[in-house]
Amino acid sequence: MAQDIWVLGTHMTAFGRYPKKDAVDLAATAALGALDDGGVSITDMDLLACGTLFQAAAGMGQQVQKQIGQTGIPVYNVSNACATGATALRTVIMAIRAGEAEMGLAIGVEQMGKMGLLAGSTRKEKNVYEPSGRYGAVMPIDGILGTDTMPGVFAQAGMEYANDNDGVGFEQFAKVAQKNHAHSTLNPLAQYQGEFSLEEIMGSPMQSYPNTLLMCCPTGDGAAACVLVGEERFAALSREQQSRAVKISASVLTTDPYVESGHMQPDVNTLTRNAAQVAYEQAGVGPEDISLVELHDCFATAELIHYDNLGLCEPGGAGDFIDRGGPWRDGETPVNVSGGLISKGHPIGATGVANVYEVATHLRGEAGDRQIEGANVGLAHVIGLGSSCGVHILEKSGVG
Amino acid sequence: MQIPLVDYLVLGDDPHLQANECADCGARFFGRRNACARCGGRSFNPVRVSDTGTLRTFSIVYRAAPTVPTPYVSAIVVTDDGTSVRSNLINIDPDPSKISLGMRVKLDTYVVGTDDDGQEAVAFGYAPA
Repeated sequence: MAQDIWVLGTHMTAFGRYPKKDAVDLAATAALGALDDGGVSITDMDLLACGTLFQAAAGMGQQVQKQIGQTGIPVYNVSNACATGATALRTVIMAIRAGEAEMGLAIGVEQMGKMGLLAGSTRKEKNVYEPSGRYGAVMPIDGILGTDTMPGVFAQAGMEYANDNDGVGFEQFAKVAQKNHAHSTLNPLAQYQGEFSLEEIMGSPMQSYPNTLLMCCPTGDGAAACVLVGEERFAALSREQQSRAVKISASVLTTDPYVESGHMQPDVNTLTRNAAQVAYEQAGVGPEDISLVELHDCFATAELIHYDNLGLCEPGGAGDFIDRGGPWRDGETPVNVSGGLISKGHPIGATGVANVYEVATHLRGEAGDRQIEGANVGLAHVIGLGSSCGVHILEKSGVG
Repeated sequence: MQIPLVDYLVLGDDPHLQANECADCGARFFGRRNACARCGGRSFNPVRVSDTGTLRTFSIVYRAAPTVPTPYVSAIVVTDDGTSVRSNLINIDPDPSKISLGMRVKLDTYVVGTDDDGQEAVAFGYAPA
């Protein structure tokens, strides 16, 4: 039986645009906030894991140390697409479980500015066609042989679900965004806090049918951090620290196993289902026990299919689930009460730590206006395309 | 003179797609392989992929890299021999009311560009059958 791991302290910056700060400032703010929140210092840390995607080669963890404390502890700079933050958490958790650390700091950070992420390639006419790469292509194939754009890839994942299940279409996907925008009005840390009608969402500029602009997450800047502690050190903490700590009752990372269509389009379903199943088993809970879920709504189409993948609705019933208000904050299982990626924002490396911050804050009863009353178990989910899926299940401290 | 856009498109009188099929488990892949993602097998046989199939999923893409013409219809087609293929839907209006999931489609080819030597690149897409 693996030892229990606890979130002792956690903090996130508001997500948004920080043209006058750099990623190190954001990461340091989150890290110092998490240390203060846990009542510990950098000298208590045995390990630091720092997740960032676009600055993965920059030694971000060491740069942060140089701002907040160079204690000589090992740093693991991690990068795992949109699952980067969850991977940083897992790195610290695994180190504590392995007995190599008693307390560690996990940071996720990203500074994206207004960078475009529409495609990995631009079409450049060569003077003379010559086959190159794995497919022997004579020019970039994005836009000719289907799409590499993220709104398009996740649109296809949603439309595949619509193909297989009744009662799912443009309107159901749009309702997801309507909910998340509405939820974000209660979250001062969200990048956008505006509410929109279903008509406004469906009528906003089409990016990739059925995802309109208001159904897509923005780029942005931000950071989040967690101080994690193992059983032995936890037992030596003060009563106050123990009562605010949040137990990590499951921590899982999966990749996509082989499916026939996987060579042509990323499968974001199977690895989520696998991760959820293992996480529920580890935590000894089921979807019906979950008080709130923060899941990876990079696009509205993605959120809808994850209702099913995480077992929040009956199989095939994600359309009905959103139609009956199931994932709204006053529904059966509140989903993305933070506003989700769609409205809270998605600074990629920060996301997988920020959703743990959100869940932990509700379990502590400290979420202010957006508090889900009586929250005692929560689930945080991220997907990095390619693919990796992280699922963490958190529980309220039993220490009163 | 014509050259295929990708090497798994076979041109000639009877243009078709060619997959690499794992000799051990039958899993199909396009492009260069190191080993089979399903079973780890290391030998592959070239197989012809069926020209017809059904539309599994699609998106109508309006926002893309600046050099990519929009809108276009991105699709995943499952051919009649069960192979998933990613391509564009062609010869169809980019209008959701004109596109139905599960519709029958057929492989077609077209010239997508010409290089400075006059060599034409030929792409494939799926048109309503």
